[in-house]
Amino acid sequence: MTKVAGPLKTAHAKLAKTPSGIKGLDEIMEGGLPQGRPTLVCGSAGCGKTLMAMEFLVKGATDYGEPGVFMAFEETSDELAQNVRSLGFDLEGLIRQKKILVDYVRIERGEIEETGDYDLEGLFIRLGHAIDSVGAKRVVLDTIEVLFGGLTNEVILRAELRRLFRWLKDRGVTAIITGERGEGALTRHSLEEYVSDCVILLDNRVINEVSTRRMRIVKYRGSAHGTNEYPFLIDEEGFSVLPITSIVLTHKVSDERISTGIERLDAMLDGQGYYRGSTVLVSGTAGSGKSSLAAHFVDAACRRGERTLYIAFEEAPAQIMRNMRSIGLDLEPWARKGLLQFHAARATLFGLEMHLAIIHKLVKETAPRVIVLDPITNLNHAGASRKEVTDTLTRLVDFLKMQGITVLMTSLTSGEKGPQEKTDVDISSIVDTWLLLRDLELGGERNRAMYVLKSRGMPHSNQIREFHLTGRGIELTDVYLGPEGVLTGSARLSQEAREKAAVLERQQGLEAKQRELERRREALEARIVALRKEFEAESEEMARRIAEDRSRAEVSRLDRMRMGVSRKSDDGAGLTRTVAPRPRKNQEEHRA
Amino acid sequence: MSKAATARHQKAADNESTKETWHLRLYVAGQTPRSVTAFANLKKICEEHLAGRYSIEVIDLMQQPQLAAGDQIVAIPTLIRKLPEPLRRIVGDLRNTEKALVGLNLRPPARSDA
Repeated sequence: MTKVAGPLKTAHAKLAKTPSGIKGLDEIMEGGLPQGRPTLVCGSAGCGKTLMAMEFLVKGATDYGEPGVFMAFEETSDELAQNVRSLGFDLEGLIRQKKILVDYVRIERGEIEETGDYDLEGLFIRLGHAIDSVGAKRVVLDTIEVLFGGLTNEVILRAELRRLFRWLKDRGVTAIITGERGEGALTRHSLEEYVSDCVILLDNRVINEVSTRRMRIVKYRGSAHGTNEYPFLIDEEGFSVLPITSIVLTHKVSDERISTGIERLDAMLDGQGYYRGSTVLVSGTAGSGKSSLAAHFVDAACRRGERTLYIAFEEAPAQIMRNMRSIGLDLEPWARKGLLQFHAARATLFGLEMHLAIIHKLVKETAPRVIVLDPITNLNHAGASRKEVTDTLTRLVDFLKMQGITVLMTSLTSGEKGPQEKTDVDISSIVDTWLLLRDLELGGERNRAMYVLKSRGMPHSNQIREFHLTGRGIELTDVYLGPEGVLTGSARLSQEAREKAAVLERQQGLEAKQRELERRREALEARIVALRKEFEAESEEMARRIAEDRSRAEVSRLDRMRMGVSRKSDDGAGLTRTVAPRPRKNQEEHRA
Repeated sequence: MSKAATARHQKAADNESTKETWHLRLYVAGQTPRSVTAFANLKKICEEHLAGRYSIEVIDLMQQPQLAAGDQIVAIPTLIRKLPEPLRRIVGDLRNTEKALVGLNLRPPARSDA
């Protein structure tokens, strides 16, 4: 196992890389530019070649302790400094600190008369001197093709360029050579023939009136690299490439659950709400309550004390807050506390990449735990194709997942036709939990209903709930499921009333029965009491009779005794024994 | 050859309209055959056309690389006409005398070789 991995690793390590320091670029290039070798950056005018090269130098000087030389063929040092100041680079300061040296090489045609053999040793000497004087590790030649404009002997020029690139390699400097995009070739003068280690192509396209910058690594000898076209942008913080598609799905997964802000919705999601770091899509037709659902989530997050970012593509923050107040959600205190941050921008304002980059930046700045994108469908208006929107969102979601941020996106479904289980921007596959809001038209009413279309990794309710926007926020109620299907609104209410009446009726019947039973029990008990009384009376009578009988028997015995006494019978034992014991003896003797 | 090697040749001028002294600077990189050729060609031209009113300053960039940027030197050899104004720039070993003369503005450009 290790034996296999060993040589592979060393093969990888063979190609040393120099981090460009440009956001995202090093990720695509798996570490950076090939160290000690020239890299060709080509593209048409205004595509950002110079800025990219300059950032490479500035970042090298400031972040990596590698001084650099910028050999400028097109702009003077002052012009360059001015141009990059807008990116936040203090070129003049770096020049003063001897971290960067700018050598402006001015070549003008017409001034030069060629009178025979020559070479470009002057350029080599200048470059060598510049490298030595600051101890440069990085070199930029921008744009060396200008030489072709000033000098006419192409044979000499080509030979010298070949020598120059070899010389740069020998010097061991990591270089960026910029070249103008040519017809049918990467560069107008086929510089790619000489710089063959690494070629980066920059592009600035205007699609639907929105300009989009892209870059692609055409070639990277001896190294793996991302092969896609990556959007990039240039803003006040410099160059940034958005390499998110190159990211593999290795983000950490959380088991933590967070409330949706709506109790009954939590209940629908296994009683606990969304997963932390998951992607939630709320799709629905216009006015179905998507933003309100989002606001609940935001409110819940802020209550937990979590930073929240609300990206609004449609409404101004003030308007959102006003609207949410009408359903009893006051987001303003959260905004004042700084827990909730709004970013509102019309989708049409910039290209997709710019939106993406702004979100990236905001995420980096505010480090939110929860982010709301409302609505993502508006990005369709950002002048990009559907596929691009999908790609961009996928990248964004992946990026946010990497940071463990829970994303709630709303998506407007055009409604009427087609299945609702389809988003206008095709992102269903990257969504973890999908809530579908829909209008149900029934009995001349339009009512809101909601259900969980999917929710990965949890047992969730499959029931449709009716969805109300009340003064106390969103409330979910059970819908009536009858033979005619789902009933909502008044239909549900009337059905409920009918049911209630039936229940009442049944309840009343039951009560009557209970009363009847009670009555019968009372009657029974009365009879029991009567019977007992009767019994008691009878038993009393019986006792009386027994006593009578007994006294009668006594009387008759006494009578008999008296009779016996009167008859001198020896039957009257008591009397005889007491009165005349002797005669008894006599009697026995008499018998014997 | 520690500092700029300067050669001064003062001779009376007779066949040129301008009477001022020409100041020429030749940039080379080491004592290569090409730089030797260039210097020889330059001297020949000067002797023919500017005898007695020119000065040639030879700068070896191998010795003084810091001087390359000042005169915007890229190609070697490069001849700069510092004076008279305006500054003129000629690259190459000056093998092509016609072109060298045009470059130095000692002769109007010939249309014959076009």
